[in-house]
Amino acid sequence: MTLEAKYGVPTVAVHTDKFDKVVRSVAEVSGMPDLAQVFVPQPIMGKTPAQLRAYVDGTDPISGRHVMQEVIDGLTRPRDGGRGAGEYDRSTPRLVEPDSEENLHRLFLERNWTDTLPIVLPTEERVGAMLGGTRRKPDEIVGRMRSTHFREYWQYTVEKVAVNAVMAGARPEYFPVILALAATGVTARGSSSSAVAAMAVVNGPIRREIGMNAGTGAMGPYNHANAAIGRAYGLLSQNGQGGSVPGLSYMGNQGNNYAYNSVTFAENEERSPWEPFHVQHGLALSDSAVSVFSGVRSTAFTLGLREKHWREHVGHLLRGMDPHGPPALLLDPIAARQFVDRGGFTKKDALIDWLHDAARMRAGEYWDYQLIQNYIYPRATFGEEPWASKLKAAADEEIPMFRRDDIHVIVVGGETNGYWRIMGCNYQTTESVDAWR
Amino acid sequence: MSNMTVLDPTGYPPKISAKQLAPRLDTLNGRTVYLVDCRFDDSGLFLEQMRAWLAEHLPGVTTVLKPISSVYLVDDPKTWEEIRARGHAAILGVGH
Repeated sequence: MTLEAKYGVPTVAVHTDKFDKVVRSVAEVSGMPDLAQVFVPQPIMGKTPAQLRAYVDGTDPISGRHVMQEVIDGLTRPRDGGRGAGEYDRSTPRLVEPDSEENLHRLFLERNWTDTLPIVLPTEERVGAMLGGTRRKPDEIVGRMRSTHFREYWQYTVEKVAVNAVMAGARPEYFPVILALAATGVTARGSSSSAVAAMAVVNGPIRREIGMNAGTGAMGPYNHANAAIGRAYGLLSQNGQGGSVPGLSYMGNQGNNYAYNSVTFAENEERSPWEPFHVQHGLALSDSAVSVFSGVRSTAFTLGLREKHWREHVGHLLRGMDPHGPPALLLDPIAARQFVDRGGFTKKDALIDWLHDAARMRAGEYWDYQLIQNYIYPRATFGEEPWASKLKAAADEEIPMFRRDDIHVIVVGGETNGYWRIMGCNYQTTESVDAWR
Repeated sequence: MSNMTVLDPTGYPPKISAKQLAPRLDTLNGRTVYLVDCRFDDSGLFLEQMRAWLAEHLPGVTTVLKPISSVYLVDDPKTWEEIRARGHAAILGVGH
């Protein structure tokens, strides 16, 4: 689209057929509905030259026309449907057309405004009560989100966040946390074909004020605040950004169960041997905050740290992660203290330094990962560090899998045992909850 | 059963700004077409096959296989400027 509109070069974009609705939709909202788009079968990845040549020689699975004829026509035949320059408004209404309770539930489901489970209908009375959970004005813009890099940002107000909070079953006292999540601008409904979820970690006094769980079952369906805040974050994301519909604005190949409540929990600060996560990121112990991670996909897990081979065991867990998904260690307090006892990591930074050094693999293997080829190798060849330097390593030289600053440690769990896990995910930001009270 | 009034949960979309497409070429013969590799999932290998097809069927077309400078998430004005200066058309692939 940039080449067409900004540089004046006639262009054809070739896509795989699974993305036809997505790319047509993106072209439409970008003001170029007549953009020439040609489709070939999915996948491209791993195919032989002969198989790829067959795609070129074959037909477009969407139009049924010969692929190369479509390419040639796209570059040589007039395409603009006579639409002139100008702006087109797409405002959304404040209220839904009044209807019976049953019909409204059906409508919300049909319009893909829910996570398909029953919601609380957002009446003016309920939304008004939710708005009582903050001093902010209903019409104040909280932030903006989009489901992927190529989509347009949508904005949302305090009232829109309140509507989604009501739908999720949240209580007004949770609302500052939900607003802080909305203010991060980090979507919990990313459309990546890798099927991502988000993770939200709450710190500070707000945890106790609203009864969040940092102990036994903290990441499971056993606490109303954890569950409802996470669900509200997801609903706000899909509705605030203008949708999360499979095949249209959500392309996660397998989906992701973590997305039901965005892995939302409180850190167990009281039982942690280290400073809380939000203090690491510049806030005071007395501040309340929520930190968000995106790209939550992979998980590794084990029990405790054995005296003889704990270093090797942890190294194997780290190497079991995809190197494009850096590790966030979620440690039960028992496991956290074992890291202190076994490794002498009295400071969290020392543990992160050690993890960075332990997570190594041979350069040849590292660069051959598909996601590294897709997202890191191009940046390395562009000269971006630390990857450009990594690229100089010999194929059998062991190199760090992750950037040191992308590794994180959080303490959560109720000490029923020393189980712990690693989430592959990307830390995004920490937002003050107090600012949204 | 009485009707209920509820609020719409969706955010506010930006306005759509309509944009004109570039003028199309009268022919590809004698022109330079850039095949732009977005460097995702072996797209370069696919474009090599497309380039081979053009060489066989449209020998009057000059083709340049050009990988973008970094990842597809990053704008690449240097490459776009090169295509505008030295090319007449572009084929981008492969979107996913």
